[in-house]
Amino acid sequence: MTDRGPPALLISQLSKVYADGYEALKNIDLTVQAGDFFALLGPNGAGKSTTIGIICSLVRKSGGSVSVFGYDIDKDFAEAKMQIGVVPQEFNFNQFERPIDILVTQAGYYGISRSVALKRAEVYLRQLGLWERRSDASRTLSGGMKRRLMIARALIHQPKLLILDEPTAGVDIELRRSMWDFLREINRAGTSIILTTHYLEEAESLCRNVAIIDHGAIIQNTSVKALIKQLNVETFVLDVRDVLTSLPEVTGYPIVQADSHSLEVDVASGQSVNPLFAALDQQGVEVLSMRNKSNRLEELFVSLVEKKLPEKTQ
Amino acid sequence: MSRYEIWIAFSTIVVREIKRFLRIWPQTLIPPVITIVLYFLIFGNLIGSRIGNMAGLPYIQFVAPGLIMMSVITNSYSNVVSSFYGSKFQRNIEELLVSPTPNIIILLGYVVGGMSRGLGIGAIVTVISLYFIDFSVHSVPVTLAIILMTSMMFSIAGLLNAIFADSFDDISIVPTFVLTPLTYLGGVFYSTQLLSEFWGDVALLNPILYMVNTFRYGFFGVTDIDIAWAFFMVGLFTLFLFVTTLRLLQDSSRLRS
Repeated sequence: MTDRGPPALLISQLSKVYADGYEALKNIDLTVQAGDFFALLGPNGAGKSTTIGIICSLVRKSGGSVSVFGYDIDKDFAEAKMQIGVVPQEFNFNQFERPIDILVTQAGYYGISRSVALKRAEVYLRQLGLWERRSDASRTLSGGMKRRLMIARALIHQPKLLILDEPTAGVDIELRRSMWDFLREINRAGTSIILTTHYLEEAESLCRNVAIIDHGAIIQNTSVKALIKQLNVETFVLDVRDVLTSLPEVTGYPIVQADSHSLEVDVASGQSVNPLFAALDQQGVEVLSMRNKSNRLEELFVSLVEKKLPEKTQ
Repeated sequence: MSRYEIWIAFSTIVVREIKRFLRIWPQTLIPPVITIVLYFLIFGNLIGSRIGNMAGLPYIQFVAPGLIMMSVITNSYSNVVSSFYGSKFQRNIEELLVSPTPNIIILLGYVVGGMSRGLGIGAIVTVISLYFIDFSVHSVPVTLAIILMTSMMFSIAGLLNAIFADSFDDISIVPTFVLTPLTYLGGVFYSTQLLSEFWGDVALLNPILYMVNTFRYGFFGVTDIDIAWAFFMVGLFTLFLFVTTLRLLQDSSRLRS
C-alpha cells in the first residue's frame, strides 16, 4: 500500500454551539482523502455550512479539531488556510470592483505578487469564460458568471482543497454541466474537492465519496456507489402508447397508474425487469420509454433523512 | 507566510483602500475641501476679522491648525469606518478572513489606508489655507508626529466602530454624536483659557483638545496645554484602541460567528 500522505481534511469530534444555545454540530468525525471528490449532503440547517465555516475560519468551533493536509487550523493557521479555497453559497465579492481586480486582490491576501496574480487570473478567467468581461463592474455580470467568478477567486492561490458550497445553485443546466466538466478537470489535476449541493444528481455524477449530515450529526459516510447499493427499491415510470383502460397486474411488481399514459412500478434492488416487460406485453400494454421516477441518490437521501433506514452505518 | 508574502498582503490592502477613495473622489476628496474653504471664509475672514486675536494669534491663524486637524480626523475615521463596514455589509470581508493574512496586518492595512486619505486631505487643506494665511512651521517634528498619531488613532477608532456596526446608521452615530461635538469642543475655534476653571478641567478629558493644541504648537509655538503630556495622552489612547481593535479582529463574534 502506498503512502497517500495526510488526508485533505481530517475532522475530529467537531462541535459547535451558537451563542443562542443552538447545537449545530455534535462531535462529528469526518475524513476526506487527498484527491477525493467528496459530497457533503444534508437538508437545510443540518450543519453543512457551519462545518465549512469552521474549516475556513469564518465560524469559531466550540470543540474538536480540524486539520487540512496535516495542518491544524488553530496551530498552523496560515499554512492551513493556504491549502483551502472556498466558494461560498452567496455572492461575497465587492460588486463595484472588476473581476480582474477581485482576483488580483484576493491573490495579494495570500502573498502572491501582482505579476503572478495577473497571469493566473487570465488563465482562470479564460477557463471559466469570463475573460471578455474582466474589466466590467462585477455587479453587471449574470448570476452564473458571478458564481464562476467566485470559483476563479477561490482558485487564484492554487489551493489543494477546494470547498464549494452549492456552487451551481440557480445556474442553468448547460452552464451547470460545463461547470461540472471544469470541476472534474481540476479534480483530475490533483485538487481535492468538497461539494455541498441540493442537486443530488450533481453529487452522484461528480463525487466518489459522500457524507450525509442531519441535525448536526453524520448519519452516513461512505462511497457514493456503496450508498446507492443501500437503495432497496427504485421506482420507474413507464410511458405507454395507448390510453390505459385498466391497471395491469404483474406479480412481484407493485404498479400504480400515474396518468392515462404512464405507470409507476417499484422494482426491488437486483430484481430483473424482463418479466415485467414480458407480462405487460402479454396484457397488450406497449411500453414506449422507461425512466427513474427520481434520482437514485435523492431517494436514498430522503429515506435517510426521514430515518427510514438505520441511523448510522459507520 | 514569509515576510515578503506578508508585505504583499499588507500593500494589497493599502492599495485597495487608496484606490477605493480615489475611485469615489467626488464623495471623498471634494466635500472636505469645500467645507474647509467655507470655514476659512466665514470663521477666518468674515467673523474672524471682528474677533481680533486669540491666544496671541490673529483669529484666522488660530483656527487654521484646528481646521486642518479636523479634516484629518474626520477623513481618517470615515474612510476606515465606511470601507470596513461596506465590506462587512457586502460580505467581501470574508475574502480577507479566509485568507492567511494575519489580523495585525488587516488592522495595519486598513489604518494606513485611512491615514492615506486623512493625511492626503490634510495636505490639500494645508495648501488651501496658504491662500488665506501665511505661516511658517515652528516645529516640524512636533507637527508631523502629532498629525500622524492623530490620523492613526482615528483610523483605528473607525475600524472599531465598523466592527461593532450592524447597520449604516451605526456608522454615522459616532461621527455625528461623538466626533463632531468633541472636535468642536476640542479647542479648534477657541482657547480653553476663555473657559471657567471647571469647564477648562472638563475640556482636558477631550482627547481632541490635546491633538489640536499640539498641532497648533507645531505651527506657531502656542499652546494651552503641556506638549509632552499631550503626546503621552494621544499615545495612550492610540495604544488602547490598537490593542482593543486587534483583540476584536481575532475574537469578535461580529466577524466570526
